[in-house]
Amino acid sequence: LQLDFWLAPRGLGHPVDVRVPFPSLQPLKAHLEANGVSYSIMIEDVQELLDQEQMEMFRGRSQMPVTTNTFNYASYHTLDEIYNFMDLLVAENPNLVSKLEIGRSTENRPLYVLKFSKGGMNRPAIWIDTGIHSREWVTQASGVWFAKQIVLDHENDAGLASILDKMDIFLEIVTNPDGFVFTQTQNRMWRKTRSRQSGSVCIGVDPNRNWDAGFGGPGASGNPCSETYHGPYANSEPEVKAIVDFVKSHGNIKAFVSIHSYSQLLLYPYGYTRTPVPDQKELHEISAKAVAALSSLYGTNYKYGSIITTIYQASGGTIDWTYNQGIKYSFTFELRDTGRYGFLLPAKQIVPTAQETWLALKVIMLHARDHLN
Amino acid sequence: AAMELPPGLSAASRAAALAAGYICYRRGGPGRGLALRALRRACAEDIDGVGRKYHLELELEDVLDKDSTVNCTAEVLYHLGNKNIAPDVQFTLERELKNADEADNVFYNRIKSLEKELVAENIPDNHGNVSPEMEPIHLLAWVASGYVIWQNSTENTKFQLAQIKHVKQVKRSDEYLEFDYKILLHEMLTQEIIPWQMTVLWHPQHGVEVTRDSRQTKEAPE
Repeated sequence: LQLDFWLAPRGLGHPVDVRVPFPSLQPLKAHLEANGVSYSIMIEDVQELLDQEQMEMFRGRSQMPVTTNTFNYASYHTLDEIYNFMDLLVAENPNLVSKLEIGRSTENRPLYVLKFSKGGMNRPAIWIDTGIHSREWVTQASGVWFAKQIVLDHENDAGLASILDKMDIFLEIVTNPDGFVFTQTQNRMWRKTRSRQSGSVCIGVDPNRNWDAGFGGPGASGNPCSETYHGPYANSEPEVKAIVDFVKSHGNIKAFVSIHSYSQLLLYPYGYTRTPVPDQKELHEISAKAVAALSSLYGTNYKYGSIITTIYQASGGTIDWTYNQGIKYSFTFELRDTGRYGFLLPAKQIVPTAQETWLALKVIMLHARDHLN
Repeated sequence: AAMELPPGLSAASRAAALAAGYICYRRGGPGRGLALRALRRACAEDIDGVGRKYHLELELEDVLDKDSTVNCTAEVLYHLGNKNIAPDVQFTLERELKNADEADNVFYNRIKSLEKELVAENIPDNHGNVSPEMEPIHLLAWVASGYVIWQNSTENTKFQLAQIKHVKQVKRSDEYLEFDYKILLHEMLTQEIIPWQMTVLWHPQHGVEVTRDSRQTKEAPE
């Protein structure tokens, strides 16, 4: 019968616990009943308990880290894990880092921005956002790494220290949390927001076509089912409106960088028109320097130029709007790779990607700092 | 008249991506894949009544050995008018590619000796992982997708293989291996993710052939 005694027979009057393999259940029951031996069932299904325990253990292994030093930067994380990381970072560095809520997403998730500041009042600032397109996972992961890197380097890295002496850094790591959760639970390739569109079964607006710069023009789609749907009107998406309101009320942002993947490009405005921006020459020179710095680390090749000449015409884009607001140093990155893995970039490339990108970001930030008027 | 284009220019990079996909299809297999490393030079030439021809100088890299690169020249002719004709692609590799016979034969024998037909899903997985056993299956899809991309490209499209959703080996009585793939293609200009079915035939001595392929309808919008 292959009975497995967990409490072995000790003598008359003592209970016996036995695990019974399924095929032996009936024969054993029949035998006990025939001999007047009473029994009760303690565990209906041992395998089920084992399975549950396994799940618990797995969850326990990836339990929330208690400090940002035990956080695994070389893997992809859930929204909860990233929001937890932010709170840890603030708690560990209260004199440098604070967390702001700038709004709520369509599904009412908080939109958080980390502020890195050494003091002062409404200092000129740098804005960096990652994850506006939810499927571009290396960007949110890089944002987490940037946050930690700022904390690690803010005193011992001369360049970063000098930037923070004069400027604040704002970092929105999960710019599209609804989309991000959707990529983790339903569709890894989801790009847009998750807002309902009247008159359509299709969901979501492309948050990088929803800004008030050439809105609705060529380079975006009017079809709600399209990946580049611009939305019913500019700033219809709360995720976009929150940033617009923040930028306008802050009034002193000097550099704005929006981070995407993939293609390995550094881009400056415009996307909606072929007319070059007045500062084209300066932005082109900064891009050359930034890309050289990026490449110096691992030899990763980037191209650079205006959006419309380098990639395609795109209207209603983020940095076209920020540039037209007077934020001269407006850039978009397209991070690794060039298509071999695309959106599904292996986790082991997160840290190298973040490291090289950080070098380019520092070039842009230093230039902004050196040109404060 | 031919005009020199800076290699950053979007139209030239689309032609280069197409050429690389085509070359990979013609020369690749489960043991060897090629990817575009760099576009060095590009010219565009309008041919009256025919179409636009791009002259390209490319650098390709071996997907399994990034240090191994090969220069090549390619010409891509997009036909005027009828968009149902695939572009013409001609290419010349500067040198012969590394031999992939050993990797090919290891894969071939491994699949031939399977008791049950191979079935797999989500390659790479959501975190970008590809297990070592699935690497040749991934590479074969990469190579075969070069054909699908070539056949369906216009001057205004740039396709990449985004993911293998499902792959199933199909039993054959002859020496060929056959796989039925359901893949996702990513189109760069529209940013659409397009499901596509392709039936892929392969034999170490006979290269890769796509015998059937069709665009699938997207699943019901969520």
